[in-house]
Amino acid sequence: MAHPMRGATAITGLGMTPMGRIFGKSATELAADAVKLAIADAGLRKDQIDGLLTNAGVTNAIGLNMQNYLGMKDLRLLNHMNAAGSTAAQMVQYAALAINAGMANHVVCVFADNPLSGGSGSGAAYAGAARAPGRPKGMAGLYTAAGYFGANTGYALAARRHMALYGTTQDQLGIIAVGQRAWATKSPIAQMRQPITLEDYHNSRWIIEPLHLLDCCLVSNGAVAVIVSSATAAKSMPQPPAYIWGMGQGHPGDPQRAGWDQETETGGNLAGKTAYAMAGVGPADVSQCQLYDCYTYTVLVTLEDYGFCGKGEGGPFVEDGKLGPGGALPTNTGGGELSGYYMWGMTPLSEAIIQTRGQGGERQAKNDVVLCTGNGGTLAYHGALILSPHAT
Amino acid sequence: MALNVVATTKPIPEPDEASQPFFDGARAGKLMLMRCAECGEFRMPARMHCDACLATATEWVEASGRGTVRTFGVMHQKYHAGFLEETPYNLAVVELEEGPRLVTNIVETANAAIAVGMPVTVAFTDYEDVSLPKFRPA
Repeated sequence: MAHPMRGATAITGLGMTPMGRIFGKSATELAADAVKLAIADAGLRKDQIDGLLTNAGVTNAIGLNMQNYLGMKDLRLLNHMNAAGSTAAQMVQYAALAINAGMANHVVCVFADNPLSGGSGSGAAYAGAARAPGRPKGMAGLYTAAGYFGANTGYALAARRHMALYGTTQDQLGIIAVGQRAWATKSPIAQMRQPITLEDYHNSRWIIEPLHLLDCCLVSNGAVAVIVSSATAAKSMPQPPAYIWGMGQGHPGDPQRAGWDQETETGGNLAGKTAYAMAGVGPADVSQCQLYDCYTYTVLVTLEDYGFCGKGEGGPFVEDGKLGPGGALPTNTGGGELSGYYMWGMTPLSEAIIQTRGQGGERQAKNDVVLCTGNGGTLAYHGALILSPHAT
Repeated sequence: MALNVVATTKPIPEPDEASQPFFDGARAGKLMLMRCAECGEFRMPARMHCDACLATATEWVEASGRGTVRTFGVMHQKYHAGFLEETPYNLAVVELEEGPRLVTNIVETANAAIAVGMPVTVAFTDYEDVSLPKFRPA
């Protein structure tokens, strides 16, 4: 018997602002633009929205007050959510659960961020503790004293361990970057649309070994909003519904001692098992993947943990280019966060919606079962959605 | 014990209440770890509750100073002025023989000679008012 949540809800609206080095609007204003676009896309009036979930990016500049900025009266569901890069998938999950429980009809989930300012680089936007004033306190300060700065560091350390344990190579990481760039050349909304070669990848400067510049995601200003509705309502709404077949989360924890291994064995495994079981599918049924790809390595380890290959086999798995255009497992078809745009978990989610609707244009891939994943922290927080254009 | 003080503009931590014994130990050349006085699990970083049993009773024990490189990176990005002279520099996660992991640097060796799984031993670097555990090849 099918899981009661399988196909019970759908994503019915998508709003995306221009993304990248977009200046002149606050995160709140960008969020409002995205919500306005999503409401129009869903064919709704603003007063039909009765749930609002918000998620701020690194600037942490939007929150519960979005309700008042948007003039939303008598919301039945409201929360400001934070599970880092897994939040986008999680917002959709909580929206779907609330709708299925009769607590709301149409829930808008919005992410906005504007870490870039004119004249500053992407690195400065995510430098983290390097910009903190004063002396760090206590043992947490061992990180900065050793020169551990920003997300790049944690992912480089994780990738290095995977390379050492399993023989994963720099070429294999590079093939992921090259494949996603090839997809980005087909997307009018991607920020980086010039093709790259494996040689370009190797020639790109080191950020922190073993990560080259082209292993790392972009940094973007912008906002994305999605609307979740019941499957019943979705059938009479203007856009092709992206039915939510499966949902799951996995958060392995890391108390920083022996026996905890989230750098190479992530919560994607747990999130995937839960989502696959709800959807009644397995990795062999997945038509395409939209994976959180803050780094090339994130894609590789995510493929392992969602069961597309065995643990440690991600390198050989991606080596034949199967993730790129024309490959057997189309992945991050909008270029992802590496080459498309960096809207945290909204990057894979927005492309998953576009693909599930069949609106991918030149980059449209087979879409019967679309796996969309979120990842936050240093591989710490994981959320999964399985979407389909088919109601059942 | 004589200190060989290294001048630096790096963001060097100062002790807080929970970590004072760690920093006191480091100044005396000892790697001190907080341990749960009830279940014996180590707490990293030092803090009130044990993450295994949630007890608050603590004791401090001197670690062997031996460990292995769990993973490492070589930083090229220029994030902080205090590191410019030595960029590219290594940073590493060392897993101690006792189990806890420390973010640190590997000293007294070339970056190219560092490997995951390499045995290392603690070697303190003395700054103006604190000393910090670094590790060198064993």
